[in-house]
Amino acid sequence: MSLTIGQVAPDFSLLDTAGRKWSVASYDGAPATVVVFTCNHCPYALAWHDRIVDVAREYAARGVRVLAVNSNDADRYPRDSLDAMKDRVAKEDWPMPYLHDATQEVARAYGATVTPDVFVLDAEDRLRYRGAPDADYDNPGERAEWLREALDSVLDGSILERPETKPVGCSIKWKA
Amino acid sequence: MNVEVLWWEGCPSTEKARAAVEEALSDLGLDGTPVRMREIRTDGAARDAGFVGSPTILIDGVDLVPAAGEEQIGLSCRVYQQRDGRVSPIPDPDDLREALRGAAEREEVNR
Repeated sequence: MSLTIGQVAPDFSLLDTAGRKWSVASYDGAPATVVVFTCNHCPYALAWHDRIVDVAREYAARGVRVLAVNSNDADRYPRDSLDAMKDRVAKEDWPMPYLHDATQEVARAYGATVTPDVFVLDAEDRLRYRGAPDADYDNPGERAEWLREALDSVLDGSILERPETKPVGCSIKWKA
Repeated sequence: MNVEVLWWEGCPSTEKARAAVEEALSDLGLDGTPVRMREIRTDGAARDAGFVGSPTILIDGVDLVPAAGEEQIGLSCRVYQQRDGRVSPIPDPDDLREALRGAAEREEVNR
């Protein structure tokens, strides 16, 4: 079951690569929160990563928080282990925490299916957008436009014309 | 020439990879060359095939892009790098054409 548009997103408590605890509810006062399921080894997640990073940086000034969550089974895919996540964050400049969903409970609660899979929540943690960052992983010029539209809609209080798109990417690697 | 695309259902890039191979063959005037699609379904099949991710394109049994050291055998989506440095789920079309042209030339020499 996937989270549906308008539904309140389930809260969670996950640790990031620095051992800090994060939850959706901890963002009391944030006008919008983006939860993006992503990972280290998927070409789609990697292709879209810089665009999501740009959004995280640009919208931070407006109070938007972005949480990146890795839910892949690290036993079968060691490139998605917590250590590999730490290595990646240490090498790159991340403006958002990278959370480890070791039990995969958060991915299941949200109904995430692929990486990347983007969920935009409003100030009351209601789902306002779910899907891909934009129309084409292969075109950086798309600038995560669907994600930006969703955030602008939440921040402006306007109606979002496209609340759902098909997430495109690598299947989440579930534990057997 | 034997062209084979090894694929896994967990990646959405299979049809795009097949189309890219067919387009490259067409560009080289090799339209009649069959493209064999082989699904890799299990970890065991991945081990047997040395499959490091979907899609893997074999030309006369040789991987178009030899697997890098950090690539692990298993059911995953493969990360390719385009010639302009971008990450992509399929190989650069120029790499594809170059490899197919080389295989066609070798075949011609060996006739």
